[in-house]
Order: sequence, then C-alpha cells, then structure tokens
Amino acid sequence: MTDDPLTFDQARWTDDEDTYEPLLSEKNAESVAVDSSLPDDLTRDSVELPKLSEPELARHYTRLSEMNYGVESGPFPLGSCTMKYNPKFTEDVAAHPKAAVHPGRSERSTQGTLELQYRLQDYLGRIGGMDAVTLQPPAGAAGEFAGILVARAYHEANGDDRSEVVIPDSAHGTNFASAAMAGYDVVSLPSDDGRVDLEALEAALTDDTAALMLTNPNTLGLFERDIVEIAELVHDVGGLLYYDGANLNALLGRGRPGDMGFDVMHYNVHKTFATPHGGGGPGAGPVGVTEELAEFLPDPHVRKSDGDYELYAPENSIGKVHGYQGNWLVLVKAYAYIARLGDEGLSDASAKAVLNANYLAEQIDYEVPFEPFHHEFVASAGEQDAADVAKRMLDYGVHPPTTKWPEIVGEALMTEPTEIENRRTLDQLAAAFDAARADSDETLASAPERTAARRIDQVSAARNPRLSWRELDDE
Amino acid sequence: MTANGSPYAPHTDAETEAMLSAVGADSEEALFDIPEEVRFDDEFGIEARGERAVRTHVERTLGENDDLVEFLGRGHYDHYVPSMVDHLSQRSEFLTSYTQYQPEVAQGFLQALFEYQSMLVELTGLGVANCSMYDAASALGEAATLATRVRSVDGSRVLVPETIHEGRRGTLENYVGGHDVAVEEYPLADGNVDVDVLADTVDEETLLVYAENPTVRGTIEENLEAVGDIAEDNDALFVLGSDPVALALLEEPASVGADVVVGDAATLGLSTAYGMGLGLFACREEFLRQVPGRLVGAGEDATGRRAYTLTLQTREQHIRRERATSNICTNQAWVALRTAMHVAWLGPDGLVELAEDCVTRARDLAARLDEIGGVKAPIHDRHHFREFVVRTDQPAAAVAADLEADGYAVHVVDEHQVQVCATETNERAIDGFVDAFEVAAR
Repeated sequence: MTDDPLTFDQARWTDDEDTYEPLLSEKNAESVAVDSSLPDDLTRDSVELPKLSEPELARHYTRLSEMNYGVESGPFPLGSCTMKYNPKFTEDVAAHPKAAVHPGRSERSTQGTLELQYRLQDYLGRIGGMDAVTLQPPAGAAGEFAGILVARAYHEANGDDRSEVVIPDSAHGTNFASAAMAGYDVVSLPSDDGRVDLEALEAALTDDTAALMLTNPNTLGLFERDIVEIAELVHDVGGLLYYDGANLNALLGRGRPGDMGFDVMHYNVHKTFATPHGGGGPGAGPVGVTEELAEFLPDPHVRKSDGDYELYAPENSIGKVHGYQGNWLVLVKAYAYIARLGDEGLSDASAKAVLNANYLAEQIDYEVPFEPFHHEFVASAGEQDAADVAKRMLDYGVHPPTTKWPEIVGEALMTEPTEIENRRTLDQLAAAFDAARADSDETLASAPERTAARRIDQVSAARNPRLSWRELDDE
Repeated sequence: MTANGSPYAPHTDAETEAMLSAVGADSEEALFDIPEEVRFDDEFGIEARGERAVRTHVERTLGENDDLVEFLGRGHYDHYVPSMVDHLSQRSEFLTSYTQYQPEVAQGFLQALFEYQSMLVELTGLGVANCSMYDAASALGEAATLATRVRSVDGSRVLVPETIHEGRRGTLENYVGGHDVAVEEYPLADGNVDVDVLADTVDEETLLVYAENPTVRGTIEENLEAVGDIAEDNDALFVLGSDPVALALLEEPASVGADVVVGDAATLGLSTAYGMGLGLFACREEFLRQVPGRLVGAGEDATGRRAYTLTLQTREQHIRRERATSNICTNQAWVALRTAMHVAWLGPDGLVELAEDCVTRARDLAARLDEIGGVKAPIHDRHHFREFVVRTDQPAAAVAADLEADGYAVHVVDEHQVQVCATETNERAIDGFVDAFEVAAR
C-alpha cells in the first residue's frame, strides 16, 4: 500500500515558441575594440561577449537554477552516484578565507592547511583500512588512474613487466579507461551470476596480471563474498587488488577494503562524504594504499616531523596527477563531514543507506533479480523500456535511477536512495516507480511533460553538433 | 534520529523498527552480507562533534596559516570574484545537482555550460570547447593524448618550454606515460621561445609543441606565429597555454595557428583555493570526435523548442570504456558555472579592462622595484602580464624569508631570482610591499 506519487511542475521560462530562457548572447552581446598600451601585434583586435547588468544576470541565473533539479529539490536515487544531502555548514567551513591560500606559499606559512591535509589523510586511512593516503587526485577517475600508476610503479620497481589489468564486465567504465590510460591492456571478466566467478577469474589471471579492479559491493549492490579467495588468487600470481570506492557508502564501519586484501583504493568524497556534486564536479578522489606501496604515492605528500607539517616527495613517487594538490576546497568539506559524523555517524549512515535500499525495493512492483543487495539494487523494467520509465519518473517529481546498466539485468533501473530519505519519502518514491509501471507505453514514450523541457532528441543533437552560440548564429 | 546516528539520516527509532520489519530483518546488522572474516567490528577512533564544534575546530586549524598578502602567481592567479558569483552559484539547484544525464530536468545547468563553452569559443577563436577538465595540468595531458590520436603517424616526443611549471610537466608525463612518448624541453631566450633552437629541435617524431602566453614567468610571448608555423611544418600540434583574462587582450590563439588551447580558466570565478582550478580545453573543430570530456550541444525537444543536452557521449568512458578519449567522468562543472558568471558580470569591456590592468600593474610594480638598490626588475626585456621575475643581489631565499616575516609572500625561482605577481587583490598592499622589499634586498 503506497501513497500517490508527488505532483510536480518544474519552472519553465519561455521566451517564444523557439526557445526557453534565451542565451546570454541573445539578451545582449557587444563587441569591444581592444585598446591597449601593448604593441598592436601582441594584441587581438576585438572581443565579443555578453553585456548585461547585474540585475539581469541575477535573474538569468535564477531562472536557469529553477530549470535544474538537485538533491534539495527531491529524491535523487541515482544508482552508483550516492546523491546524499550536502550539509550546509560544510560550505561555510570551506569558505573560510584561510582555506584559500595560494599553492605557492611556503610550508612554514601554511601549517594549518598542511595539518588539515594530514588529518584527512589519517581519517581516510582509518575508514578504508589503508596505511597511507594521497589527496591529490581531483576525481574518482583520476584516483583510479593514480592508483593504477602506483601499481605499475610497484611492478616496475620489482623488475616485473606486466601488461594486463583484469576488470569484471559489470564495472564502471572509468575502470577500463583508467587502466588503458596507464598503458595496460584490459581483460574483461564475465560475471554471469552477478558476482565474480572464481573459475573465470583463475583463468584470466596470469603472470601478466598487474591488477584486478573490483567494486565491492559491486554495481548490483552484492558483496563479493569470496573476497578473501579473490585476493589470494590475485596475490598468488603477483598481481595487486584495486578497490573502486564508488560504493563505499555501503561499508562504512562494517568492512574495510584494507582488511579484505585490497592493496590500493580510491575514495569518492563527492559520494561517500557528501560533498556537493556541483552538476558534475568538482569532486575529489583520494587514493589509499598499503604500507608496501606508500613509497610510490604522488608528489607532494604531507608528513609530520618534529611537530611541524611538511611536504615531501615519496621515495619512488609516481610524480603528479594534478598541477597542485587536487580539489582542496572539496576535501575541506569532506573533512568537515567526517569530523561531524564520527564513528557512530558514519556507521549509521551505511546502516540507513542499506536499510533504505532494502525497504524501497520491497515497496516497488518491479522485480529485483539479484539479492542480497546493500546500499543499491538493480530492478528490471521488464517489458518496458527503462529509459522511458526514467523519463516518466521525472513527471512524478523524483530524479530517476540510473538506467540500462549494468547490462546483466535487462532494462535495468539501478537505484540508490542513500541514507537521507525517511520512510515517507521512500513511500512517495515507490509510488513514482509504481505509477510509471502502470503507465502505458505511449505515455512513457512521450514523457516527460512536467519538466522545463520536453523529451529531447539526442540523436539529432549528436548528428548535427552545435556546441556554441556562434554555431546558432550561423543558422 | 537515533542517538549518535548520522544527523543527516532522518529515521526515528520507531521508523527504523517498522522498516526492518517490512523487509523481514531482525536488525540493521542482518542486512549486511559480509563474511565474518572480513567484518569490521572495531572503531575508527573518530569522535563525532557538533556542527559548531567542527566549524570552530577547522577554523582554528586553518588559523595556523600565517596572514600574508600574496604576490604569487606562476600559472595560478587571484582575481576579485564578485559577490554575485558566490550567491548565485550556491543556489542548491546548481550546487547539489548531478551530471546532466536527464537533460529535460537539467536544462538550467546545461545552458550555463553551453554558455561557458561559447565564451571560450569567442576568446580562443577555436571551434570547440569542452565543459571542463580538472585543471591546466590535466588539460595539457589530455591535449597530448589527443595528439597521439589525431596525428596520422606515431610520434615519440612532446616539446615543452624549459620553464614549464613542475605540476604541469609532472602531470603531462603521467598522461603520456602509457603511450611511449617522452616529454622534452626547449630553451627560452630572454623569457620567450627561442625560435631558432625550436626550429632545429622539432622533427617528424614531434607530436606537439607547447607554448604559453603569458609564460609562467609572466612574459608576453612574441613569437606565437613562428611557433605555429614550425609546428605546422612538422605536422605537430601547436598547443597554447593561456587563461580567460589573458585571452581577452593578447593575440587570438586561432589567428596564430593554435590547434588546442589549454590552461586554468578558474583565474575567473574562483579564489586561488590552494591550487584547485578549472581545466580549459578548446580545439579546432576537426578534432571534435577526439575531444576528451563532456560537451554540451543544442538540440530540440518535442515541442520544437531549442534545448540542451550532453552530446557525442560515445567518446566517453561510460560508453566507450578502454577506447574512450579520456577516463574523465566527474569534472569541474560547478567551477565552469562560476567562471561563466564572472565573465558575464565583467562583460567584454570589463574583461578587456581587467586584462589591460594586468599589463600596467606588472609594469608599474616592476618599475618601482627596479629603483631599489641591488634589485633588477623585470629581468626579461619583454612586456609582462600580471607578474615578472626579479633579480636580487641578496640570496633570493633570504629576501623571500624577510618579506614573509613582514607579511608578504613571493616565489623563489632560483638562487638570485624571486617572482612577483600583481593583481587587484593585492594592490592596496603595494606601497608597504615595496618598502619591505627595499629593506629585504639590502
């Protein structure tokens, strides 16, 4: 017995029958001649850009924001993305003027920043069961890249030439791309029953295996119960075990990658530690490693020496994965979040995230083929098109799940409510699923109707790419 | 809320019980399918704190940083960010939203990113700009991997100026490390590209030539066209490093033959933020299908109105996996939003004026420092943008330490060189800075 779904109408500002909110350039643009004290041959002739007053700009951006849906708008159960509420106070903490010092400052004059980095390294190490942590990678994928470079450096230091990284076919696309960027061939591992198949794994592992990249719980929300054996198999051939931290929110205080035999991991602070996604970034992707790998971490690293904090290059450092030290202001927010929650809060977060996923799956009519899942589940839209179901769910005031992935479930609806929803909201969310399930195919195909824009023709947009207002002017 | 639970998990105890019984579980623990041998039953040892306590604690910790007026740059700059940018970018519909995979409900952010891309197209003269890389360093790395894909024949060399910032060089090395490509340096002559040496250095093995305008030492590059010609003659890409302020005043990259423009676009829209940036990436239209990262395009919705969507996604990791143009997923979208807001707030005249100020401020401050005994500023006989290198008879480290003791931060470049950057954010401290410099340089 569920409630009715929410009713919802997103703001829709329209200028005429051809456009919604006009572009800045359509409101007013001006070309100004460049007048400079520099010699003419060193300067450009003119610059053309939008020219509007601050009140006009405030209205423009306010309208744009009203045509955008965030976590504070409503439920956002986007699988694999951990769309938690972003506590307001962390914004104020990161806005402290002393958080924003120039990266070229001396260590002597930035002891506060270094101490905060040191503390965050320590917190993340405890949470992941890792001995050393770098904060430098500016996103999860950058963390994967850095972590695989560390693995490569480790093998090279052992005079060991390995060319392959093994990745289950249900993994995030970034895993494959990061391994390739680090110069490895990718070996894809079938996972037909939803978990790593030990026989298939054994067949895939060779003396050429540099690493196995694993997400645990995996993208179906299932914990890889054979993790100890998996780690043994990988280590037996001399490979390293890499942990993709995208689903760490399921494990806080329940299990640590470091205790499961993982050698390297990345954390997605914009998922697990509630820093705002910002429409697609900035995030941060710190990397944790075992003691054995600490000497390969990026340069610089923070350490404490005689009561002072200092930067140094680890002995066999892979070098740099960012021009400075990553997305610092994001890391400050993550630190504040962890310090706010502490042991009990973190462990409660994962408990409630898992409870919410289980409760929601129980309430909806769609079938969920794989259990026992943790913080997320993958339902199947069955005969319906999952992408259309998602479009229709928008009309019910919720952001839909991730669709059509992982492919092991037909017409997948990958759902992750996180811990922030209470029972009432979950019931409304379930009602949105069920309402979409009861809708006709025609209704689904023409959805959404209550969002700012109606269904967008992505195929035509890709066939005829128009990527700037210049290209619109030329039409 | 349970005692000691997460303050952002709203469940009451009664609610938790009811939900557990709805799913047929005795306890929260029972929901975890984790084998005993890897269960964690210890503690992290992280003590929970109240919100106010965390704020106080972090503020106290950061308070350990010295209060210095920064005259710092070297590729990362501080310009005044108008209040409007903070207030509007922090509207939660922007800040707490996700990547725009459901474009119908994310038109606002998509349009803002389309506007950001468009501004970069205007400023660079190049046909395509993506909606962000992490920072200038990773954008340069991505430009190099793009070069490996678009060049008809393999190459093994990437050429960068000998003065390149270590963060950019180090990151670039890791990006090309998987491609059997080596990073090599070419020399400068008085702070600009040494064209003759470069011409002799570039060969058919050269994938790309990287130059900067302004350079990391603050000089305005006078040989861009020659660099472009040398690159073109050898079928190498010409990659130019710059930033949105400089682009408004200095030579248009497209007009000097640049194939790709990279840099830190967060010189507008963000404070120095301890090095957090916004990777600017623009390139010629012919490379469109090889561009790394996200692109927003204009299309139509079912009502026939123009609407925006992420496009050409088959280039990206979530579709193309190990054959993607890059592994980037989460980028710097929110910083791009802020940068676009800042550009819009300035308008074309405001932006050009800010850029011209970067020339005159550097010129004026250098002239004042040059009057000090034992000091030569700037050491390069060039035009400068924001910053310049200063020669000191005294050891540079000692000069910088004395200045720091007086409350000013400068870069130490080498034994007898410091670097100084002037923008509107430190202009009110200039008189005191010059006085302190005079004492420190004695």
